[in-house]
Amino acid sequence: MSLAVKAVGVRKSFGSHEVLKGLDLEVAYGEVLCILGPSGSGKSTFLRCINHLEVPNSGYVWVDGSIMGYEPRGGVLQELPVARLRAQQRRLGMVFQHFNLFAYRTVLGNVIEGPMVVRGLRRAEAEARAMQLLDQVGMAGRASSYPAQLSGGQKQRVAIARALAMEPSVMLFDEPTSALDPELVGEVLEVMRGLAKGGTTMIVVTHEIGFAREVADRVLVMIDGEIRETGKPEQVLSEPRDPRVRTFLSRALS
Amino acid sequence: MSTLQNPSPAPSPHFPDLPRADTPKRQLAHPGRWISAVIGLALLALLVRAFAMGQIRWDVVGQFLTARVIIVGFGWTLLISACALALGVVLGFAFGIMRTAANPTLRLAAWLYVWIFRGTPVLLQLLIWFNIGLVFPRLYIPGLIDERMVDVITPFVAAVLGLGVNEGSYLTEVVRGGIGSVDRGQVEAAHTLGMTPGQTMRRIVLPQTLRLILPALGNSAVGMLKFSSLAATIAMGEMLNAAQRIYFINGAVIELLFVCAIWYLAGTTMLSIGQFYLERHFGRGAAGSEPRKPWFRMRPRRAAV
Repeated sequence: MSLAVKAVGVRKSFGSHEVLKGLDLEVAYGEVLCILGPSGSGKSTFLRCINHLEVPNSGYVWVDGSIMGYEPRGGVLQELPVARLRAQQRRLGMVFQHFNLFAYRTVLGNVIEGPMVVRGLRRAEAEARAMQLLDQVGMAGRASSYPAQLSGGQKQRVAIARALAMEPSVMLFDEPTSALDPELVGEVLEVMRGLAKGGTTMIVVTHEIGFAREVADRVLVMIDGEIRETGKPEQVLSEPRDPRVRTFLSRALS
Repeated sequence: MSTLQNPSPAPSPHFPDLPRADTPKRQLAHPGRWISAVIGLALLALLVRAFAMGQIRWDVVGQFLTARVIIVGFGWTLLISACALALGVVLGFAFGIMRTAANPTLRLAAWLYVWIFRGTPVLLQLLIWFNIGLVFPRLYIPGLIDERMVDVITPFVAAVLGLGVNEGSYLTEVVRGGIGSVDRGQVEAAHTLGMTPGQTMRRIVLPQTLRLILPALGNSAVGMLKFSSLAATIAMGEMLNAAQRIYFINGAVIELLFVCAIWYLAGTTMLSIGQFYLERHFGRGAAGSEPRKPWFRMRPRRAAV
């Protein structure tokens, strides 16, 4: 079992408000980790620190063989030029709460953008691969639609295909179903379930406790910028040791 | 409310005399619209009558409308406007992108450009460009150019530089605002795909910025067509200048000014139509994007919700 992601003492403040209070985390290849916690507990910020969309104030995140955004050099962490940071970031697929599909590109255009511009694939090659991915998320039939013509669940499935098209080592999901109407949550979770079964390494920030119980190899509960409890889903979700985790779960499940 | 609780299709017993479902409906009469139309037409007729009876020789207007000098002048007007607008757009995008750069030197340089050229009158700038030879008698770039400034800065070049550089300072602010209104999530999505700042700007941010600022660019184009008349003051033979030279001789001042007005209106109308189709073309893919109807087809607009 080799390591995919390792966070070391990650701290992050916005102004005087400390959002992350020194977090450590290890995720192995093939593992599915679900991060739970009440709103404002710092889950999303932590996920955004992992792919360096937010820069930690101290500590660092190691992904797939290198430290995100830095290079150890003579006892200091030297900041990397932006091109090398982007090369690191593309190994992490990111799915956003609000989809962030490119508004004026078709579904297919969204999925081929990264492979063509960043990986330098030819159009035909990129499109063939994109159609496979769209088929996998059940959106091949809408390849020429624009995002504005899709439902939230459809947009999120396209966003997943777009992230997968970069062939990332790890997939990050930032509350992927929180902006969806209740009846659309299932189709997105179904796609994610398929990815998990296929052995994709996934870190999922979510409020879907049922999904975490069923799919996660491990769950982690964050409260007030700290990791309060981590372990197998059946243990953490059914017999939490930490009293604040117990309070959070009883509220979330009621 | 009682009908809501009562799913039965039969009329509620509390309202025994409700009309049938297929009762015909009659639209509101809107007498105000008819009255205002009549008043408007009357006022318009009065205005037309006033001008028809006024001291204007309409035959002279008609005669000079297609005079060769005027047409050539309008050609210069169009050429100056197009070149100056192109220069303004290039400068606007260049400095607008610099305004959002991470490098503070670039940000300051762009700010300085806007400060100077937006902060002084465009007529003044035209005169300074036209007389720049007084400051720099020779234009000398080693190995490239060595000429007398008056030979380089012809009235045409001065007009294009003056109008274009001034317009660029306004468009810098327009572009900066446009870039700022592109959803932050779009940029983050591009970053997570590994796109560099340059790729993100070119592929994601600028195409959306262009859509956002198209109405402002249309304004610029219309404004530029009109501001090009200022070039008449630096001996550029565009339309207004041509008209002035004619009426200094024949004294038909108002007639020739009317000729210019007609051509300017024709030009700005064409630009507005072009802008409409451009915006509709770039609007595809936008939320709720059923094709808009052209205003010049005189269909009623949908009421604002």
